[in-house]
Amino acid sequence: MIEVKHLTKTYGSITAVDDVSFTVATGEAAGFLGPNGAGKTTTMRILTGFMPATSGTVTVDGFDVFQDSFEVRKRIGYLPETPPLYLEMTVRSYLRHVGKLKALPRGNVNPAADRVIEECGLEQVAGRLCGHLSKGYRQRVGLAQALIHQPAVLVLDEPTVGLDPAQIIEIRSLIRGLAAERTVILSTHILPEVQQICRKVVLINGGRIALEADMEDLVRKGSLEQEYLRHVTGDANFGTSPGTEAAHA
Amino acid sequence: MRNVLAIAWRDIRAVFVSPIAYVVLTGFTLLSGWFFFNMLGQFNRLASQYAMLQGMDTTWLNLNDAVIAPLFHNLLFVLLIVIPMITMRSFSEEKSQSTFELLFTSPVRIGEMVLGKYLAGAFLVTLMILLAFVFPGMLFVFGNPEPGMTVAGMLALYLTALSFVAVGNFTSALTSNQIIATISALVILLLLFVISWPAEGAGPTVAGVLGYLSVSNHFSKMVKGVIETSDLVYFGSLSGIFLFLTHRAVESSRWK
Repeated sequence: MIEVKHLTKTYGSITAVDDVSFTVATGEAAGFLGPNGAGKTTTMRILTGFMPATSGTVTVDGFDVFQDSFEVRKRIGYLPETPPLYLEMTVRSYLRHVGKLKALPRGNVNPAADRVIEECGLEQVAGRLCGHLSKGYRQRVGLAQALIHQPAVLVLDEPTVGLDPAQIIEIRSLIRGLAAERTVILSTHILPEVQQICRKVVLINGGRIALEADMEDLVRKGSLEQEYLRHVTGDANFGTSPGTEAAHA
Repeated sequence: MRNVLAIAWRDIRAVFVSPIAYVVLTGFTLLSGWFFFNMLGQFNRLASQYAMLQGMDTTWLNLNDAVIAPLFHNLLFVLLIVIPMITMRSFSEEKSQSTFELLFTSPVRIGEMVLGKYLAGAFLVTLMILLAFVFPGMLFVFGNPEPGMTVAGMLALYLTALSFVAVGNFTSALTSNQIIATISALVILLLLFVISWPAEGAGPTVAGVLGYLSVSNHFSKMVKGVIETSDLVYFGSLSGIFLFLTHRAVESSRWK
């Protein structure tokens, strides 16, 4: 479904993403892991057509993100790191606006908004201003806007960051439900999240792919934490010694 | 077209659910009324003074030249300051929040964004100007100004205001900082006003070019009641050029 080939992105002299290649199969949920500043957000922004790559190609469902940008955009639902809300709009009118932008047929805009309001559990706050919502609800509205055009692919950039534990559990279970019928790329640095939701792991570090593996194989060999720390720190014994427990949190 | 209207409608609503629209409309109408009141008062005083003097040339003392034209000149100056503040949000706010990512990952063309933002700005400006036109309109009830000249002046004010919106949108597309957007727009607009200053000391060609570029030259001519195609072309191309530049600016911001 998603094919990333030799993707490179430079900002001036800084290389944010360096020759990154990976694939995600249809219906697969892939966890996109890496420390802060590893290039996760940059990769996702290129993948969703937000910005062009310096070199390399990305195809989604056979369409090139640069050449057939609109075809790709119609197939992708994207939740950026901060949910893209217009704070002075109510949840319902915001979702309707997004529905129009996503080129839903005229008669489908309102039903689609109602559908995602129900899917994401927003009935209670549908009439409230986005700017008055708690962070957890804003994240849900962000998910709702990503789902409104029923995309085959969902790209989620750190969807649980900054939420309280109860909200994290809620959002996670919501995503797990969504992942059942869609291709999902989930970026995060919370390892248990990936373990719960994803079947595949793509680990990026310093702009390069450090690891691309199936979750099952990975867990069979050891724990996800160990693999992560081994690749990110480059120390084979990292994570086996005491004192690194803090990293699990 | 549907995207253009969706974007314009959203921006218009954003302005009307916040106090912005009401403050702008009230303030502008208040200032217009104040200018109008004072110019009319002055006109009254002069008219009664001149009535006592015989044989003076009083052809210039008419409602068009003594009230409506100065009113439009003053309003233009207020618009010059207010419009950059209306348009400063258009792109800057989207850029500073992640809504820019929503726009760029939706099947929306850049041209549609630019037109939508322009329409939203033009809508509020249209309302402002319509409210201000109530004052010269009153003169038609109580006096007899010349309709042709008044309409030419109204057209001049409206066309100039529309091109100001295009300039404001352009500077807003350049930056995510709204203060920078406002000040840059103000600088561009003021420059367009005073660009013909060196014309006096320059050769005929340069003077001609600078004179043509000046907003105030075209505006003054139209307010006097002279509508030439070159003036209409000027204001049309001013909007057109800045809309085009906005398009370029939005496009280039993706590549950074």
